[in-house]
Amino acid sequence: MAPVQVTAEVVGLRRVGAYHHLTMLAPGIPEATRAGHFVALAVGGEGSGMLLRRAFSIHRVTPGGAGTVEIVFATHGQGTRWLADRRRGDKLDVIGPLGRPFTLPKEPVACVLVAGGYGAAPLFMLSQALRARGCRVDMVLGAASEDRLFGVLEARRTSASVTVTTDDGSSGIRGRVTDPLPEIIRAAGADVVYACGPMAMLAAVAAAAADQGAHSQCAVEEAMACGIGVCMTCVLPVRGADGVTRMVRSCTDGPVFRGSEVRWADVGSVPPDTLGAPVAGGH
Amino acid sequence: MGPATAAGPRAVDPSAVDLSTRLGTLVLPDPVLTASGCAAAGRELAPFVDLTAIGGVVTKSIMLEPRSGRPTPRMAETPSGMLNSIGLQGPGIEAFVAKDLHWLREHGVRTIVSIAGGTVQEYQKLAQRLRHEPGIGAIEVNISCPNVESRGQVFACDPFSAAQVVEVVRRHTAPGTPVLAKLSPDVTDIVAIARSVREAGADGVSMINTLLGMVIDPDTMRPVLGGMTGGLSGPAIRPVAVRAVWQVHAAFPDLPILGMGGIRTGRDAFEFLLAGASAVSVGTVVFHDPHALARISAELRELLAARGITRLADVVGLGHTMQARHVAAQATRRAAQEEALA
Repeated sequence: MAPVQVTAEVVGLRRVGAYHHLTMLAPGIPEATRAGHFVALAVGGEGSGMLLRRAFSIHRVTPGGAGTVEIVFATHGQGTRWLADRRRGDKLDVIGPLGRPFTLPKEPVACVLVAGGYGAAPLFMLSQALRARGCRVDMVLGAASEDRLFGVLEARRTSASVTVTTDDGSSGIRGRVTDPLPEIIRAAGADVVYACGPMAMLAAVAAAAADQGAHSQCAVEEAMACGIGVCMTCVLPVRGADGVTRMVRSCTDGPVFRGSEVRWADVGSVPPDTLGAPVAGGH
Repeated sequence: MGPATAAGPRAVDPSAVDLSTRLGTLVLPDPVLTASGCAAAGRELAPFVDLTAIGGVVTKSIMLEPRSGRPTPRMAETPSGMLNSIGLQGPGIEAFVAKDLHWLREHGVRTIVSIAGGTVQEYQKLAQRLRHEPGIGAIEVNISCPNVESRGQVFACDPFSAAQVVEVVRRHTAPGTPVLAKLSPDVTDIVAIARSVREAGADGVSMINTLLGMVIDPDTMRPVLGGMTGGLSGPAIRPVAVRAVWQVHAAFPDLPILGMGGIRTGRDAFEFLLAGASAVSVGTVVFHDPHALARISAELRELLAARGITRLADVVGLGHTMQARHVAAQATRRAAQEEALA
């Protein structure tokens, strides 16, 4: 389904711990949205000096009528601060749904969903879709501190088990999501691990899943300028089915990748064996 | 209609405005095109804009071989602009022809193919490979690449190297297909480069490419971009681009110019036409608004209609005429004043 560019209207914006939860009427987007899709928002209003779109994974959609789209974000800079200052009734320029969503297993297998911080946002749609297929869902939610956890209550309501970790021990287990993860995968007999969060966390989750013989699907948070595949800024090294590594766009080829195909240790660089990598004396 | 009515108040119906224009022998029904490197291969924009209705797609510069590009981070937002350091990532000419060019042709999109190389020989091979491919409206030669054979000096910054590349591409391109040289603003005298490529056979020039810039992160205390330096684009560079177009048009009024640099609105596009561009490319603003090309074209139509201008071709370079008229009128007034005082 092709993405659409629409003028959305803010219908709700509230603080959730350290984050902001934005609900907007965005006609045409909810119907085509699957878990893992994202939206790209223009920020700063008409004539804004901030030209680059901000990408946010879709937290929830409500199709029908005007249709609402929800996102969860943290204020990192001027653009997200502008977004956090919106009021009910304000207009937003939104493109979506974008990217490739999570792939769902054909069989009702057990799945573990792992998130770092507001990376949890897209996992509830995923959980719902998985449970609708009869999959068991266990969740692991981690963050630096308690106020940076997202969706713990909803997770508890909907998952077979929920494990919380914080770096400072302010909630749940002190430590990283990957500390309890191997045991959770084993206990659930999970075949698939889904993850969304910072790159370092995804790398560790993909490795832990592989160790346990589970597949992993990771939604990356790579900086994007456009979200629609034209700017080529959001690339990362991914090994294809043909064994060849290419720099691929996380907006159009991702944001969801199989954990085993991303060259995690090389993210932020161009591995020498990448197709078309610079060679000595060339380029 | 002559320029005399350009500033007149008699508005016409927007549908009466003829937006068609030409770049050499290439006739375009609409003056707004994509900019190389800002629309990928074109098809990515198809969900947002009718690619057959816009002036055309200028493809991302293609090289002979597949190319990975630079490490991330590849971009940094700057006030009213951005820095990019992509490093000409691309699939190589064969995959481009088989997949991207094929798609554009199948969908009836007017296409300008941008080519880039590290040696004169590479440009020649690219031109030869494209020579018999149907569906190419023009070749844009991206000469803002380091010349491997000249200690990495950028072709576009040296009149001789720039001319060498353009001459070779012109010679190996089908005679009816215009060759546009894309000029860099990072030169002491852009008119000198324009003269050089014109004499080498360029049928027109595209200008401007990005300006080289850098951003340093105060937290990490080192450059933000993986490639350290990057090209500055967006509305922040628009006055530089307008100045460059003005200078080159003033020197060579018959040299077609595809103008670009931070165009965001129809009014911005109009500025480039007044400076001497026959058509415009919209680049960075597409990241902000993928619908921008159609919007800018519509705004330009409204703007011309409001001024009673029915033919876009009449305003190409009109800024020079208006300025000359303004200066002459001033001189007349001054002379009259002096006479009165005498």
